[in-house]
Amino acid sequence: MDADQPPAVRASASAVSAHSASAAAGRLAGTAAEPGVRKPDPLLVLDGVTRTFGGLVAVRVDHLEVQRGAITALIGPNGAGKTTLFNIVSGFDRAGRGSWSFDGHPLTGRPAHRVARQGLVRTFQLPRTLSRLTVRENMMLAAAGQHGERLLSAVLRPLWRRQEREAGRRADELLERFRLGGVRDDYAGTLSGGQRKLLELARVLMVRPVMVLLDEPVAGVNPALSQSLLGHITELRDEGLTVCFVEHDMDVVMGISDWVAVMADGRLVAEGPPHTIGQNPAVVDAYLGRRHDEPGAPGVEPTGDQSTGDQLTGDKRAGDQPTGDEPTGDKE
Amino acid sequence: MDFSVIVSDALRSGIGPIAAIYALAAMGLNLHFGYTGLLNFGQVGFMLVGGYGLAVTVATYDGSMWLGVLSGLGCAIVLALLLGAPTLRLRADYLAITTIAAGETLRLFYRSSWAEPVTGGVFGLQRFAGDFYDLNPIPRGTYGVWLVEFSSQDLWVLTVGWGLVVVVGTLLALLVHSPWGRVIRSIREDEAAPRSLGKNVYAYKMQSLVLGGVLGAVAGMLQAIQVQSVNPDSYDPAVTFFLYTLLVLGGAGRILGPVVGSILFWFVLTFLDSALRQAIGAGYISPELISTSEVGAVRFALVGLALMLLIVFRPQGILGSRKEMLLSGR
Repeated sequence: MDADQPPAVRASASAVSAHSASAAAGRLAGTAAEPGVRKPDPLLVLDGVTRTFGGLVAVRVDHLEVQRGAITALIGPNGAGKTTLFNIVSGFDRAGRGSWSFDGHPLTGRPAHRVARQGLVRTFQLPRTLSRLTVRENMMLAAAGQHGERLLSAVLRPLWRRQEREAGRRADELLERFRLGGVRDDYAGTLSGGQRKLLELARVLMVRPVMVLLDEPVAGVNPALSQSLLGHITELRDEGLTVCFVEHDMDVVMGISDWVAVMADGRLVAEGPPHTIGQNPAVVDAYLGRRHDEPGAPGVEPTGDQSTGDQLTGDKRAGDQPTGDEPTGDKE
Repeated sequence: MDFSVIVSDALRSGIGPIAAIYALAAMGLNLHFGYTGLLNFGQVGFMLVGGYGLAVTVATYDGSMWLGVLSGLGCAIVLALLLGAPTLRLRADYLAITTIAAGETLRLFYRSSWAEPVTGGVFGLQRFAGDFYDLNPIPRGTYGVWLVEFSSQDLWVLTVGWGLVVVVGTLLALLVHSPWGRVIRSIREDEAAPRSLGKNVYAYKMQSLVLGGVLGAVAGMLQAIQVQSVNPDSYDPAVTFFLYTLLVLGGAGRILGPVVGSILFWFVLTFLDSALRQAIGAGYISPELISTSEVGAVRFALVGLALMLLIVFRPQGILGSRKEMLLSGR
């Protein structure tokens, strides 16, 4: 979070294997590897969160706690409800039932901008860079509590000039840190896919968040840039930020996370430290499925689960664009 | 065929009161469409409530002009809130549908016999502009340079009109280059991003809708004063589309776009009108091909053609940036 760190510290922190030495992982050492387990210092707590799309239960999480200061990976097959859960917690979608709190404050049903102001800020699977704003403007937009954003003071430049200069300085520091300094005056629409991912991560930090929700932070990014992004993420954790991210790449998950939560068919099926999660039978089931090789597995029977399994892709899209009346504007 | 008449007509129209009025209304539309990305297809509705707010206060209730101006602005704010409250949380299309319907509904409502005691129904209202012209400091007579001449009344309206354009343009320039403007433009690009960063997108869209609607109402009041009457049928949906035409012509998302667009639109429109009439009068165009009564329609067909050529060869408009335009939707 602190952009003033000397480069040497950053270089060492960006080694992806840093998690083994992570203090956060250490604090989680005594925690049992079972779904819904209590954490020593939970920042985000979810209770009975349920979201249905018609007859399809997209999310039904009984209890989930996210440890403060740790990197928690949320994994699961396509359609497991990960993005839907992100959308609910970040205020981009409404849950049918359930409650959740952040840092002790209830967050249930809060609109997206309030959630962000509480310090819980998200990114998107497809980076939402603002094409016809410059890279620097993209950053400056994110600064919190700007006086010049109020209509009446906006026309009086002296009221916000100093604040604007400070935000600009911070934006420039973050852009340098994320190697975007050279393109800061270009329109964000001219950036490559990887640069957009970097910009979105940098932009989130402008808000000075307490916790970030990253939706597939390295999806569609080349391996070198992906390493750099992961380096940035571990670095953020080492600076005290809490990170929760959705990811499909198991190497990434094993590499940087302190804790892994696994979802399947909308439910939380397993939790644990990364090295144990691969052996968990519930995870193997979720990823490989039982219905094709095991007769009598739930998927084969014409039950409610069947439809859940068949609508994986539909659910995925629904997760990106939760309801017809929400103008989230999917750009796929 | 007298070229000086054609040029004189075109110039008078291009810098005249109507051009200033359309520029003002289009500046409001530019805030909606060019900066916030709101598709308002009912800007004429804001002009209507502005014009009628003034006319009804003065002509029906014997109020003062300033009270009329306040009620016109108040009506525009109420209309914007009514339109925005149910639609601004939805996708952009819903505002477009609602506004186009609201504009027509308002016109039909104001011309209904039920509303006639207040609005004058199909006959509209007259004699409410006296206070405005009483303020005119310009002595009676006609004034002109070169080919252009205006009566002192028109000169007064156009001075106030272009004066307002300068003031509003300055305010809008300050606004869009402030952090407020940055939020507004980010909403145009992708509103999920500012939402995720803690901006109350709904409130910003509402502010933009109200502000742009108020500008439409100001234009509507000035128009009512200029023609010294309000009539519901002069507020038909075509007005909104003229506003879009000149906005696209000048360049949306540019402060001076609607100003340049309005001047050029009225210049070209009147030029064509005058030139066609002159050509028919001089026998260059056979009256069997186009009669004088058809000129009004033909000039719009030609403006349509010009707009199509513009979209093909300079889609960003006269002041727009091609680079920016190519990035939209990426």
